[in-house]
Amino acid sequence: MSCVQTIYDYGLRSIGIGERLLPTTDFTLCQQFTLIGSGLIWNVYFGVIALTAGFVLANLLALGKASSNPWLRKPSDWFIFLFRGSPLFIQFFFAYFLFLSLRSSIEFFEPFTAAWLGATIVLFLNTSAYAGEIFYGALRSVPKGDSEAADAFGFSGFKKFRIITWPSMIRLAWPAYTNEAIFLFHATTLVFFSGFPAWRQQGDALYYAIYFADKTFNPFIPYPILAAYFILLTLLVIGLFGLVNKRLNRHLPKETRTKIRYRPKIIR
Amino acid sequence: MFEYCVNPDTLSGLSWLSCYLTTGKHLSFYASFGTVLILLAITAPIALGFGFGGAAMARSHLFPIRWLGKVYISIVRGVPDIAFFMFFVIALDQGLEFIRHHALCPDWTDPIRQGNDFLVCSAAKLPLNTSPQWVHEMYGFSLAVVTFAIVFGAFAANVLYGAMNSVPKAQIETASAYGMTKRQTFWRIIVPQMWLFALPGLSNLWMVLIKATPLLFLLGVEDIVYWARELGGTKHERFTDYPHGDWRMWYFLALLVFYLGFTKVSEVVLNHWMKRLSRGQATAEGEALRRAAS
Repeated sequence: MSCVQTIYDYGLRSIGIGERLLPTTDFTLCQQFTLIGSGLIWNVYFGVIALTAGFVLANLLALGKASSNPWLRKPSDWFIFLFRGSPLFIQFFFAYFLFLSLRSSIEFFEPFTAAWLGATIVLFLNTSAYAGEIFYGALRSVPKGDSEAADAFGFSGFKKFRIITWPSMIRLAWPAYTNEAIFLFHATTLVFFSGFPAWRQQGDALYYAIYFADKTFNPFIPYPILAAYFILLTLLVIGLFGLVNKRLNRHLPKETRTKIRYRPKIIR
Repeated sequence: MFEYCVNPDTLSGLSWLSCYLTTGKHLSFYASFGTVLILLAITAPIALGFGFGGAAMARSHLFPIRWLGKVYISIVRGVPDIAFFMFFVIALDQGLEFIRHHALCPDWTDPIRQGNDFLVCSAAKLPLNTSPQWVHEMYGFSLAVVTFAIVFGAFAANVLYGAMNSVPKAQIETASAYGMTKRQTFWRIIVPQMWLFALPGLSNLWMVLIKATPLLFLLGVEDIVYWARELGGTKHERFTDYPHGDWRMWYFLALLVFYLGFTKVSEVVLNHWMKRLSRGQATAEGEALRRAAS
């Protein structure tokens, strides 16, 4: 079987298009590259949805945490502590079993036990908490001069926040937020380990890497392939976020621009 | 456990619960919290050792050693950690068996990799087929410890490398002015001073290490995640004296609370240490302490 045929059969296997049966014997390098790459679709899906939705909630959380009203501050504090203080692995397990028991009484929760929705919600809440903490830190370090200048120009209330404070906050937070994004993509590999079942063997990149490692009993091929894919994904994220960073810093003289440095927080 | 637990069918309410929570399996569950703590206690110093070695290598003046140290630091950080955990457990196991195979059975002619199989002579198997159960468990646990140490060693190496570079340049220049060799400067000047700069990073790493302990489950150790799944699952009357529905949700809620409590306590203790270490130091934190005192 040629490699083009393999890509045609298995390229979209992880989302249920193409050959149903996974290869069982005589694994070629091409099959491993194709299937693990196919699984990467899930990692990108989880990462992109969680990041996009999480960005909005993270902003609200940061504002809540910085608020002087305890009714806003306390819930944001607790939310951030809850998701940053416990392992993501345990959060996945808990959420899965929670959705399972909810499903048995309420029909509505049926799709929540599937990875595409349930795991996305957990990742969304989790990244919101981490990003919320980053934004909160940035909000507190927005230069005082910016705010005073805004007052002098007659800005106030929401308009001041929207035009002056918020862009500064995002600019200051961006390098740390880039690392959070990279790290979120790494964290998506945990999904199919933690209760959430891979329906019809449609799993993520790590799922297929483990499949091959188990079948061939040789970890030295699938895991490096997986590593290569993730390094590429990391570079892509750094590139895209770097473009945004450039735009956020375009009004500043060269020396004072914030630079993105690759510094992920490792494990959550 | 208690005397009134002899006949569980007649119990109800709190007394039922007190019996249920003290069955043999539950005691194993509580003991597995100990496993997690033991893992942390063993891994943390070993990982710190690996980290120190990696950081020292990355600073080396010999190109191949420096390169090795830098590759060790950067590869582990660029790839999802779970992939490393899955990889190292098999790779270490096979590596050890491969070495033993060549040492113990030199006259074995068949190739070790036959298609999808990894075959070594029975004397090279780890652990030996004849060894008792506890050896198998210890072997699994040791593999887990080494894997954790390798992965977290890379993170620690990164922190320590940064800390070694933050020791003020003037200190190093003074040392060379006094005629110290590179080795003397490293051990007498850099190493004693780097800890203050490393502490924030290391305490962050400790929190991360705590949160990584559920991954023991992936390495096949009977840890708290294993027991929570085992005990929480639906139990039928036929197989147990304490039948119940699917309670895994509650078991994992308990784990969640355990981890939240553990990280909170660590945070408080580490902050306390940081205050102690900063006393009298020429850093922002030390300055704040001095101002508060006067």
